[in-house]
Amino acid sequence: MGLIAVALAIAPLVIGASLGNAWVRVLDFAALYIMLALGLNIVVGFAGLLDLGYIAFYAVGAYLYALLASPHFGLHWPIWAVLPLGALVAGMFGILLGAPTLRLRGDYLAIVTLGFGEIIRIFLNNLNAPINITNGPKGIARIDPIMLFGHQLSKPVDIGGFSISGVMLYYYVFVIMALAVVFVGIRLQDSRIGRAWVAIREDEVAAKACGINTRNVKLLAFAMGASFGGIAGGLFASFQEFVSPESFGLMESIMVLCMVVLGGMGHIPGVILGGLMLTILPEAFRQGAGPVQHAMFGKVLLDPEALRMLLFGLALIAVMLYRPAGLWPEPRHRRELGR
Amino acid sequence: MTVLLEARGVGKSFGGVQALKEVSLTIAAGEIYGLIGPNGAGKTTFFNVLTGLYQRDVGEISFDGKPLRLSSPHQVAHAGVARTFQNIRLFANMTALENVMVGRHLRTRAGVLGAVFRNQATRKEEAAIRRRAEELLRYVGIEHRADTIARHLAYGDQRRLEIARALATEPKLLALDEPAAGMNATETAGLKVLIEGLRADGLTVLLIEHDVRLVMGLCDRVAVLDYGEKIAEDVPASVQKNPKVIEAYLGGTA
Repeated sequence: MGLIAVALAIAPLVIGASLGNAWVRVLDFAALYIMLALGLNIVVGFAGLLDLGYIAFYAVGAYLYALLASPHFGLHWPIWAVLPLGALVAGMFGILLGAPTLRLRGDYLAIVTLGFGEIIRIFLNNLNAPINITNGPKGIARIDPIMLFGHQLSKPVDIGGFSISGVMLYYYVFVIMALAVVFVGIRLQDSRIGRAWVAIREDEVAAKACGINTRNVKLLAFAMGASFGGIAGGLFASFQEFVSPESFGLMESIMVLCMVVLGGMGHIPGVILGGLMLTILPEAFRQGAGPVQHAMFGKVLLDPEALRMLLFGLALIAVMLYRPAGLWPEPRHRRELGR
Repeated sequence: MTVLLEARGVGKSFGGVQALKEVSLTIAAGEIYGLIGPNGAGKTTFFNVLTGLYQRDVGEISFDGKPLRLSSPHQVAHAGVARTFQNIRLFANMTALENVMVGRHLRTRAGVLGAVFRNQATRKEEAAIRRRAEELLRYVGIEHRADTIARHLAYGDQRRLEIARALATEPKLLALDEPAAGMNATETAGLKVLIEGLRADGLTVLLIEHDVRLVMGLCDRVAVLDYGEKIAEDVPASVQKNPKVIEAYLGGTA
C-alpha cells in the first residue's frame, strides 16, 4: 500500500526528468482513462450490460464544465462545484439511456447505446444554431484550468527552487481523483448493490425471482457508471482547456471498452491495468516505432501510425484467444481454495 | 385450515395455445401441495404465472389474504412467494454464500451511499446478511461448500443451494419446480427429508414433481393438470385411483 503510494508520488518526477513532460501528460491521460474504464466496468463488468456509447457521458461532463467555466458564456464556476454537478447530470443522462433499453441485452443493447453515443456527439456538433450553445464543430476554447489554493494548475510552481510543471500538478489531482473512483468502485462491488448487479449479469430471471427490482438496479448501474464518466469529462476539459465534438467519437468508446475487456471485466485491478496499458503502450509505440525501424533497416518501412493499429488489432485477437477472461481476471478459483 | 394461496379461474395462452384453462386451486397454510401432470400439461406455466414471470390473461390469485395483482416477479417475491427453477438457475460465477446473500437483497435496504461510506447501519446489515446466509447454507446442509463457485457444486448441492437462496427471501410459500429432477435415489431421499423439515418449520410448499413416489410420500394434497386443465385435486391416495388421471398419464382408452 505504502509502496504504491510512494511509486505514484514519484512517478511523474522520475518520468518527467528522464523522458520529458510529454510522458507525464500521457500519465495524466492514463488516470482519466482509468476513471472512465472503472465507470464502464460498473455497467459492462458488474451488471453485464454491453454499452458502446459510454464516451457520451464523458462528453456530457466535459461540455458541462466547458460551458460553465469559459468565456463562451462568460461563466467561471469553480471546478469543485462543477464536478459533482457533472456527475449528477451525467448520471441523469445514464438513466435517460438506461430507461428505454431496460429490456434489451447483448448485441441489441450495444446497438442502441452506440446510437446514443453518436446522438450526443452529433448534438454537440450541431447545437450552434439557432442558438449557439456548444459552438458546434469548432469546439469551446479557453476553458478555465483547475484552481487549487488560488493557484492555476496549468502554471508551474516552485518549491524550494525546484519547479513542478503544470502537467505534474494535474497528475497529482487526477491520481487522487482516480484513487477516489477506485475506492468507490471497490466499495460498491462489495455491497448489497454490487451483488445485485452481478446477479443480474449472471441470470436476470433468477435475479428477479430473488426479489431484485431489476429495473431500478440496472438504472442505478447506468447512472453510477455515467457519473464516473461525467467526473472524468470535467477533469479532461479543465486539463485540455479545450473541448470539441471530435474527442468523443465511437473509437473512444471502443477504446474504453477494450480497456475493460482486455484488463479483465468486473475485476477492478484488471481494469486499471487495462487502462494503463492501452494508454501507455500505443503512445510508446507511436514514439518508438520510427526510430526502431530506422536502427534496424536504416529507413522507416512502415508508417508507425498504421503499424500501431495493426499491432493493436493483433494484440486484441491474441488476448481474446489466449486469455478470454482478460489479462488479469478475477481470481475466483483462488478465493475458492483460500479458506 | 387457513388458505394461503387461492387461484380462481387462472388462464394463460400463448398465441393459439391455451396453456392454462381456468385453473382454480387453493393451498392451505402449512401443507405440501403437489402439482403433477404429463409433460406440457401447464405446470411450469402455472408457476411462472404465479411468480409474475408471465402475466395471466384471466383469473384472480390471492395470497395471504391479499389479491396478487398482475405484478412483476420482485413484487411477488416481496409478497412472500419464492421459487426454484426446473433447470437450476444459480448465479453461476458467484460463490454459494454469495448466491444466498443475493437472496437477502429483498429484505435489506443499504443503498449506494451506505455502500460507499459503510456507515454503522450498513456494516450491521451486511454482517446480518452474511450470518443469515451462513445459517441457511447450514440448514440445507452445504455449509462446507460456502466458498465454492456455484457452477462447481455437485448437482444435488446446486438444488439445495437454490432452495437456500429462495429461503433467504423469507417466503411464506416456497414453490419448487421439479426439485428431484436428475437426482439419484440417495439425493432424492435427502431432498424429501429437507422438504419435510421445511414444513415442520412452518413453511408452505408447492411442489411440481415427476417422481411419483416422492409426490405420493410427501404431499398432503395433489392437483393434476392435463392440457392446461385441472382434472383432479385430492389426497395422493385417491388421486392415484382417479380414472381421469390414469387416462391422462397412460393415454386414452381406445
